[in-house]
Amino acid sequence: MARATKIIRNFYRDSVSLMQLSSTITKLPGVEQASAIMASPNNVALLVEAGLLAEPVEADANDLLIALQGNAEALESALAAAESALKQPSPSSTGNEQSRGMSPRSIEMGLGNFVGANLVLISTPGEYAAAEAFKALSLGLNVMLFSDNVALKDEILLKRFAQERDLIVMGPDCGTAIINGIPLAFANVVRRGVVGVVGASGTGLQQVTCLVDRWGGGISQAIGTGGHDLHRDVGGISMLQGLKALAADPSTSVIVLISKPPSPEVAGKVLEAASGAGKAVVINFLGADPDRVRRENIYPAATLEDAAAAAVALANGRTPEARRARVTSLSIAPLAPQQRYIRGLYSGGTFCYEASLLLKKELGQINSNTPVEPEDRLSDVWTSRKHTVIDLGDDLFTRGRPHPMIDHRLRNERLIKEANDPEVAVILLDVVLGYGSHPDPAAEMVPVIQKARDLASKAGRHLAIMGFVCGTAADPQNLSKQETAFQEVGVTLAESNAQAVRMAASVVRKPDVVGGRL
Amino acid sequence: MIQALFQEKLHVLNVGLSSFADSITRAGGSVLQIEWAPPAQGQQEVGRALARLVNLLSVETANQTAFDAYQAAQPVLKGVGTASRVLPNMAERMILHSGPPIAWTDMCGPMKGAIVGAILYEGWTENLARAEAMASSGEIAFEPCHHHNAVGPMAGIISPSMPVWMVTNTTNGYQAFSNFNEGLGKALRFGANGLDVITRLKWMGQVLAPALRASVELLGGVDLKPMMAQALHMGDEVHNRNAAASSLFLKRLISALLKTRTPAADIAAVVEFIAGNDHFFLNLSMAACKAMTDAAHGVPGSSMVTAMARNGVEFGIRVSGTGSRWFTAPAPIVDGLFFPGYSAADAAPDLGDSAITETAGVGGFAMAASPAIVKFVGGTPQDAIDNTMAMTHITVGRNNAFTLPALNFAGSPAGIDIRKVVDTGIQPIINTGIAHREAGIGQIGAGITRAPLACFMQAVSALAKMVSAT
Repeated sequence: MARATKIIRNFYRDSVSLMQLSSTITKLPGVEQASAIMASPNNVALLVEAGLLAEPVEADANDLLIALQGNAEALESALAAAESALKQPSPSSTGNEQSRGMSPRSIEMGLGNFVGANLVLISTPGEYAAAEAFKALSLGLNVMLFSDNVALKDEILLKRFAQERDLIVMGPDCGTAIINGIPLAFANVVRRGVVGVVGASGTGLQQVTCLVDRWGGGISQAIGTGGHDLHRDVGGISMLQGLKALAADPSTSVIVLISKPPSPEVAGKVLEAASGAGKAVVINFLGADPDRVRRENIYPAATLEDAAAAAVALANGRTPEARRARVTSLSIAPLAPQQRYIRGLYSGGTFCYEASLLLKKELGQINSNTPVEPEDRLSDVWTSRKHTVIDLGDDLFTRGRPHPMIDHRLRNERLIKEANDPEVAVILLDVVLGYGSHPDPAAEMVPVIQKARDLASKAGRHLAIMGFVCGTAADPQNLSKQETAFQEVGVTLAESNAQAVRMAASVVRKPDVVGGRL
Repeated sequence: MIQALFQEKLHVLNVGLSSFADSITRAGGSVLQIEWAPPAQGQQEVGRALARLVNLLSVETANQTAFDAYQAAQPVLKGVGTASRVLPNMAERMILHSGPPIAWTDMCGPMKGAIVGAILYEGWTENLARAEAMASSGEIAFEPCHHHNAVGPMAGIISPSMPVWMVTNTTNGYQAFSNFNEGLGKALRFGANGLDVITRLKWMGQVLAPALRASVELLGGVDLKPMMAQALHMGDEVHNRNAAASSLFLKRLISALLKTRTPAADIAAVVEFIAGNDHFFLNLSMAACKAMTDAAHGVPGSSMVTAMARNGVEFGIRVSGTGSRWFTAPAPIVDGLFFPGYSAADAAPDLGDSAITETAGVGGFAMAASPAIVKFVGGTPQDAIDNTMAMTHITVGRNNAFTLPALNFAGSPAGIDIRKVVDTGIQPIINTGIAHREAGIGQIGAGITRAPLACFMQAVSALAKMVSAT
């Protein structure tokens, strides 16, 4: 162990700079201990005590003393390095001059540098989401709560709290909204117009807004409420608020409400408010009896498609007409006699539910993981049975995996499985475009669809693959580009879920139509 | 009205998936991404308590009241007294220490050493071993300085016959106290208790204190706030750098000192002592800060921190709206630079009442005024400004009296809000000295540390309970 010292006369540095220098030299290779100090008697005594100096040196408090201990070979270069570091301008003086703002860590902090904030979009894990929403409301901000797994009691608390402040909570579990033309979370780029929508279902909102766009209309606002809003205990607070806001909005002339059938008392409140809205209100309570919904100013719609069509008609000053399945010149190859069943593989929960409802009327029992009737629940969700429609966005399938609108792997696997089933006649698919969804669903699905067809034809069967693309021309994925890609591999596309479902039903209802037209 | 939203431009704060923010931007919308992490270290119950307090009118109003009282405080050095005579509830066999309450057996090395030194200083015994036995026997009461309106740096030891600074907040008439600073190196506050230390303490009691008492009397009091403000313009942050403030104080004192009947030799010794200690002003700064933050204490519902103090084992905070209760967590280790021959392995955990300065909006909170300080952790002057700016996000307001040249003379951020600390996870920054973990060795370095989040989390839970009970 060697020692080395260097005295730089009349070279004053403050003690902090010197401590910093000491710490830098100590880290040099071969250096055991190092100190740079102003050589006051006290400091020199300290170095002697610490073993860095053999004996006091001849120096005073204006002299800078560097003392090192370590490998003999290393010390000389370490001393040189120390001296040159002292004589260089410090890195701090050449450092970043511009002020570095801190990115916001909380909603309240975010408000500080974001003038005019009026909505908070929350997609944190569910267990933290209610607290974030409560803070947002306390700060006077509207909330879109994309997060799921928020307790019903928290939802009630948040919505009542919001209501007192004349704010709205869209959600929890609200996947879609379009506010002032800005798509939020999973939403499509739709033309602006006079149709205002309030929906308890994300994909329901997407279907209606996309179809309104497709048929030449436009959307003023699309307000999501989350799936539990019309639960008896929540009382439809958000839907009633949305309805009221759209009724008062001069840019909205037609209102569409979408939900599964609410509890009777909530339905009563919603219908009463809708009837008094002073504007035409189209209501699609999925599966509800239209006659129970009909009131003055209220137009019941049996399907999402019907709701969109009615809204467009009303927006154009026409009375909505009852729609029929628009199946025209559908040509399909012959089916083998045992090919009798439909298998719907859905990424949108509401599409799956609507398919169940429509197919049930035409074909009887429809098995599902999210059935209309409890007795139609699949005992094993991984294996289809007779007519089956599956919601692959169900929690059962998304645990530890992205949603099927983003990640197509699970649905692709299931598609191959269904294609291998000799009893399958039709595979029914939804494709959802827009922000949030996969940037190019066709690229993910087309090769698998091709493979499914090949597997079936090798087994001597023709497989009908049908579906629809929920999207718009302005969506990042582009509706017509996606549709073309699916059509090129022989997927029969309809404009809407309802049409696709009816098309599928018509195939299995008349399996004996050989090479014919329906 | 909700439909009013439809007439405005949509401005979205995005909490969670950043891809949603990207989509909004691509769609031509206005969005700000929050750098979100579960608040309160993911403890949901604390997170929910916090949510109930955010922007709650009663808390906001209480904080304004507390902050106004803090801001209005005018700490004036009014005199020099003896602890047993002037400190409220000071008993004859009582020794005060820094930080939250702690039992003798749990104390850190420097605090034990300092207590032994104080027993020797008081003359309760002449023998070191006997002093230790007395300390552990329970015959001496140990209480926090803060429980007696006092503060002390490092071990913060105040025994009955020690001289203390007497500071009065002339706005409300309340007093705050601090002991005298002994200088660097081997000192009682670092646990040193050798003969040299005791001798110096005796001299401070017998010569320094009377000279200062007479001088302050002649001066009719010294306004401390303007002096601190001036020092901030001279490169001090009046916690870990007091070079300018100590000089200003000596300048203010010296003519009065010469007019007292103090013998010339003693005047020389007093001047030499003060001039030789760049931290002489620290204890005055601390007493002034204590007077200011005490003014804000006891406002029901207020979430403003009124004390941060460490006893070398635990870090504790007190909050205006939660009474005398301490919220504690293990004291952190200080990140800093060490004197020759020492390293982090030798360091005692964070120690002392001096974080009262940060509580009052100076020290680490005014680091922008004192770029030299940031070099303790290898930082740049820009880092000093950034540190001060970060504190603006966790404070109730700005102290107009403490302006910062580097920030265009904006006031220093002051009045730590427990809600904002827990919501942002930004921990209050503290500039501090580092004591050796063994008694009697003294200061071995200096650096920067952060107040533990756990203290603020407990305080949020407690305040939420109190607020919802009313």
